[in-house]
Amino acid sequence: MTLTYSQLEDFFYNLILTGATRMPLDVYNALKKAHDEEENPVAKKQFEAILKNIDLAARMTRPICQDTGTPYFFIEVGEDFPLKTKIKQAAESALAKLTKQGYLRPNSVDPFYFKNPGDNTGRYIPWYHFEIVEGDKLDVWYLAKGGGSEAPSTLVMSTPLKGFENLKKTVVSTIAKYGAMPCPPVIVGVAVAAGADIALTLAKKTLLWDTMARNPDPKLAKLEEALLKAVNELEIGPHGFGGKTTALNVHVDYAYRHPATFAIAVVTGCWATRKSHGVIDSTGEWEIVSKHYEPEEG
Amino acid sequence: MSESRVFHLKTPLRDEDVEQLKLGDIVYLSGTVFTARDEAHAKILELIEKGEPLPMDFRGLALYHCGPVVRKKNGEYEIVAAGPTTSMRMESVEAEFIEKTGVKMVIGKGGMGPKTAEAMKKYKAVYATFTGGAAVLAAAAVKRVKNVYWLEELGIPEAVWVLEVEEFGPLVVTIDTTGRNYYDEKLTAAREKAEKEIIPRLLEEKIP
Repeated sequence: MTLTYSQLEDFFYNLILTGATRMPLDVYNALKKAHDEEENPVAKKQFEAILKNIDLAARMTRPICQDTGTPYFFIEVGEDFPLKTKIKQAAESALAKLTKQGYLRPNSVDPFYFKNPGDNTGRYIPWYHFEIVEGDKLDVWYLAKGGGSEAPSTLVMSTPLKGFENLKKTVVSTIAKYGAMPCPPVIVGVAVAAGADIALTLAKKTLLWDTMARNPDPKLAKLEEALLKAVNELEIGPHGFGGKTTALNVHVDYAYRHPATFAIAVVTGCWATRKSHGVIDSTGEWEIVSKHYEPEEG
Repeated sequence: MSESRVFHLKTPLRDEDVEQLKLGDIVYLSGTVFTARDEAHAKILELIEKGEPLPMDFRGLALYHCGPVVRKKNGEYEIVAAGPTTSMRMESVEAEFIEKTGVKMVIGKGGMGPKTAEAMKKYKAVYATFTGGAAVLAAAAVKRVKNVYWLEELGIPEAVWVLEVEEFGPLVVTIDTTGRNYYDEKLTAAREKAEKEIIPRLLEEKIP
């Protein structure tokens, strides 16, 4: 059997639907832990609403948040994967179908002509990152990036001598500045790179990492822990109502920089950071490999 | 914030209904709520400016900063998901909106600024927060869509959806009719702590 176009579209359809309606298990577990540890009653009430909402969305197959985000696809294409030139078409027709069916809000708007095509596509939307790898598989991460949590995105072009100082200042002051706006508790992505765009892309990609994970590099792990502790000391808490958890985690990534540059990017993912990961091969077999929240029976 | 008082209120809201509410109180609201985001605010204020009629009377109602997910089921609109959007985007126009429409409650997320707080004090209105992102929970409180305005022109998220809600909440009061602004107080404290304590200590740590 060789992969057909309709199998490819089905794969994207299920990947996006899972991402929109089922909370990624790593984010859910982080929220559940924060809920269990919270002692501030108003903050705890926010966590209760969040967890109840995740459960309802899964039971009813409804979008977790009405802002179903800007669609991002991070794709690895196997060199022997057959329908390379149909990948975008399949992704976009799956998005259009899900929007028509009321699972996604039509979120793509022409900035100059104010037109909303009503199907979550448009010029450069969805946004894709492609890489070519060995093998016959297509490996896709879908990220639904909420608008509110995009607001705090910050870029600082530091001098290298002041690099780490500016990094620490930028992370803490960005989270303090935006407060409840990005729907905390947030996941904070930080990256250092040669160019502005490289730093922002890497920072955003960290939202795909396991939410509870610590960096395998001990130096970066220590930095992540120090930043997380500092951010949580702000006591902004879920939706700004105080308590222990302002951020679920801080991830730090980097690219080699230029001798003269030290680009620092900080991005946030809201508590409802929605992502799903799937793989389809040249025979049409596919699987959602990311784990998601499953409601208990009854 | 610590323990909260709980209120169950119905629209139309009168001055005395909202004047009793203080920061941190929790409200469950029943009655009529209408959604308006950036474009709808501009649209309504433009009509008022030109002296043209509004499609409905907003006095005593609750304005909801929300762009829902909506589908049609058996010819009727169904609200699928309807959590709040970031209210600060409307800060530049909200004071005028409150003055000219007579809304008594603004529901959103993330808080609003001093201009809105001042208008709430002057015209007796409150700002209340619904849990951002809890969209299915919010939709569960919507009993029916009573009407929709400018759907063609503005699209689903930006249109004005008039909703009948029952026990919509928990809504946490974060600006009251005395003009006290919870988020302003909270964030000022967080920013001061960041500047004076957290950042200086973090800079002293030899990391990385």
